[in-house]
Amino acid sequence: MKIRLQLGALAASLGLMFSAAAQADIKIGFSGVMSGPQASLGQDQLDGFMLGLELLGGKLGGQPAQVIVEDDQLKPDVGVQILQKFLEREKVDAVVGLGFSNVLMAQSRRIKDTGIPALSTNAGPAPLAGKMCMPNLFVMAWQNDAASEAMGQYAQNKGYKRAALITSNYQAGRDKLAGFKRFFKGEIVSEAYTQLGQLDYSAEISNIQKSNPDVIFAFYPGGAGVNFVRQMKQVGLMGKIPFLSDSMIDANTLGAMKNDAIGSIYGMHWGKVLDNAKNKAFVEAYQKRFKREPTEYAANAFDAANLLDAAVKKLNGNVSDRKAFVQAIKDAGSEFESVRGDFKFDKNNMPIVDYHALEVVSEGGDVGIKHLETVFKGHRDAYVGDCSL
Amino acid sequence: MDSSLFLSQLLNGVQLGVLLFLLSSGLTLIFGIMNFINLAHGSLYMVGAFIGAAAFNASGSFVFAVMAGMLASAAVGLLLEHGIARPLYRYDHLYQVLATFGLMMFFNELAIVIFGSRPYYAGIPDYLSGAVTVFGSPYPVYRILIIVVGILVAVGAWYLIQKTRFGMLIRAGASNSNMVSVLGVNIDLLKKLLFMLGAALAGLAGALAGPILSVQSGMGEPVLILALVVIVVGGIGSIRGALVAAMIIAIIDTLGRAYMPQLLAPFMVPTSANAVGPALASMLIYILMALVLAFKPDGILAPRKR
Repeated sequence: MKIRLQLGALAASLGLMFSAAAQADIKIGFSGVMSGPQASLGQDQLDGFMLGLELLGGKLGGQPAQVIVEDDQLKPDVGVQILQKFLEREKVDAVVGLGFSNVLMAQSRRIKDTGIPALSTNAGPAPLAGKMCMPNLFVMAWQNDAASEAMGQYAQNKGYKRAALITSNYQAGRDKLAGFKRFFKGEIVSEAYTQLGQLDYSAEISNIQKSNPDVIFAFYPGGAGVNFVRQMKQVGLMGKIPFLSDSMIDANTLGAMKNDAIGSIYGMHWGKVLDNAKNKAFVEAYQKRFKREPTEYAANAFDAANLLDAAVKKLNGNVSDRKAFVQAIKDAGSEFESVRGDFKFDKNNMPIVDYHALEVVSEGGDVGIKHLETVFKGHRDAYVGDCSL
Repeated sequence: MDSSLFLSQLLNGVQLGVLLFLLSSGLTLIFGIMNFINLAHGSLYMVGAFIGAAAFNASGSFVFAVMAGMLASAAVGLLLEHGIARPLYRYDHLYQVLATFGLMMFFNELAIVIFGSRPYYAGIPDYLSGAVTVFGSPYPVYRILIIVVGILVAVGAWYLIQKTRFGMLIRAGASNSNMVSVLGVNIDLLKKLLFMLGAALAGLAGALAGPILSVQSGMGEPVLILALVVIVVGGIGSIRGALVAAMIIAIIDTLGRAYMPQLLAPFMVPTSANAVGPALASMLIYILMALVLAFKPDGILAPRKR
């Protein structure tokens, strides 16, 4: 699947009339999951990025920009092939998106070797934050543990003493629970790891009830999260015991959970309720353009477009030197206007941003999001110490 | 061991068993009597879930939604039988697997084209959304409804198969389908009806599962695997076998998940008990399947072949 989007082509040709030395367009390669059950996450990132570009008049730093889109199918090997194509055939100036942690890990070697500026809008696996950190990979999303750490801190702030934790039995699940435990100092009364792809959680939910926790923390992304939340609700636990979560609640899953999710709390660096001018403009433009609510994935990619814009501006449109481009992106990190408010890159190129506790509330017959508290100001991840940059 | 927790875990198992039974009863009929492997059975389940959810969102009537889900799956089943399964009956299983595997992918992409890749909202009416206290802990009303529907279907299927002429022909077909057609029975019509019945049961399972599980493209495959285990254990072609095997498998699976980490706790450190427990629990049903295949290769309640 390949879509060429020549946004602002008209603007570009008009621009050429006035510019004496016509510079080549800036070429951006976008790679993400565009098919299969997780396709909505890839689509959100693409839409967020394209909206950012659109609002900039189809230009990055005044230069007409061209975006080439490829579908990694959530397969690491396909992700690597796409990267190769972007670099050798399309000769892109930067890559954006880069898929889930497994795909990004597979792509990381080539990203490092070629020095291509790379902006991940979906994943920030621990190795890339720590020992394998590299100067030219910028994570616009999150270090994977951060939202769980925020939930652990939130549970601590609220004075909860007995936590029940549950997730799927795989690396990301174990990382998330470890992140929660890094900041929660109370007792863990039950800790369950279910099989990936499990459908029914009634056995685990019954066990959680028996362990008598005063807070529950769960990590189930995508459809599994919808299952879990519904089953919690039907047994009457939702709203009875505080329910904290990571990666379960976003505009996509909320559409399937609706009222069942009311009362659940999640940790995230962004929400449509964040009160800053850039975010308001983003949310409004996104709703108008795509007729649906934006997600954090869209916000990450929208920020990526604005970051690139600021970086290209610094270079006066000349992105031919990769090293200079990378440096400009790093510097622009603390300068561009993010929908998340304050933003800067840590030395491992992970974002230093605020993390919030957000709650799903009933809002005029539908569900809305309420900001509970800002749990972390300028949160740094746990792995930055291992990064030798 | 806490007896009230044990009883509610048992109830959880029965409820999962009912869903598995609804799904595997159709599969076992089609596989056992027509000797046709239908990997697209999970897609019929998905059709039921999507159409049921859409019908509920549009009408607000749960009964209508379940009916719509069943009818839609039966209609799709009829089309599949006529267009794709029929020409493949005389080929061997590999062709059937290839064709129905392709169908599975086709339906998954079709679901994305029509409903999008986001999980689709499936609601339940207010009168089914609460919980009642069973064995001292709250239990969702909706899950009780699933158990009741499952029992009704089991009784209905028993009546249909043991007490009606159609059922007699199905039983005869499961034992020796050539002989049935030699005796002048319209086996083509019988197969068509049977395929539709199986599809309708899958659609019923999908429409009922929708509000508990996430309705989305690809939702049929994980349950298809469980359904295949059920029919292998129960005996291919036997509704009774499907019922018994679905219950055994669901209860083993549920109790395994509930108690395995605790059972292992005395022997290892808590973190590894927590990791090994569920892994071992999820293996139990496959271990059971292996044992059944080793000692009773036709399944525990296989119809007699003549």
